[in-house]
Amino acid sequence: MTGEFVAFFILSLLTIGGAVFMISFTRVVHMVISLGITFISIAGLFVLVGAEFVGVAQVLVYSGAISILMLFGIMLTKHDAYDEGTGRKWKNRFILLFVALVFALLFWGIQNTAWPASPPPAASGVSNAKEIGLVVFTEYVIPFELVSVLLLVALIGAIIMAKKEGDNE
Amino acid sequence: MTVSITSYLLVALILFCVGLYGALTKRNAVVVLLSIELMLNAVNINLVAFSKYGLYPSVSGQIFTLFSMTVAAAEVALGLAILIAFYRNKATVNVDEMDEMKR
Repeated sequence: MTGEFVAFFILSLLTIGGAVFMISFTRVVHMVISLGITFISIAGLFVLVGAEFVGVAQVLVYSGAISILMLFGIMLTKHDAYDEGTGRKWKNRFILLFVALVFALLFWGIQNTAWPASPPPAASGVSNAKEIGLVVFTEYVIPFELVSVLLLVALIGAIIMAKKEGDNE
Repeated sequence: MTVSITSYLLVALILFCVGLYGALTKRNAVVVLLSIELMLNAVNINLVAFSKYGLYPSVSGQIFTLFSMTVAAAEVALGLAILIAFYRNKATVNVDEMDEMKR
């Protein structure tokens, strides 16, 4: 029972609990709040693995931006929306069976693979953020620039899609 | 009791399956988008876990996670824009009523 195990247990319990509550709630706003808990716990898992920069980015992007954007989307459409799921029983049962099959297959695969023994933590001299920065700007420069172009395209595309039709001035 | 890579992979697997079930059964388009985000997050957990516990631990897994986060943010922004445009025209957000191109 190390401290790492206790932290992992609590964080993964919160992660899975938030996801399961997201599925079982019926009000859409409650779903977004419980998914916010999941996102913050995943950030905790990232910090636990030693990826502090990714954890902070997760808090900023997912639990900050995406949750608020989803709340905006709900408030701008049906602000007291309910989601009872599709009412067809046989279809839901078939999907549940399919998902259970996928779960069983992947579980079997994970359990039966010989994973490499976890290496001793290499004590690198630089911090996590500096390490990421060094690799991004030496090996991944072109993907980095392409991602910035993608963000610009998504910005312009979102404005054009959400603009009212008809005012072409 | 130590945390191995299998633990992280199992958490990610459960998250992925919950997200898959939600994306296939829910009616509200916002909830479907949320479930897709859940699946993307499960993949991110896998990438970060392999960046520490994999055969060749390196920081590249974390960089891939950052890239996939960027793509997910762009996807959510565009998806909500399409959703709002659709709601303005049809006054509904249910995915089973989005069958304009099927008729």
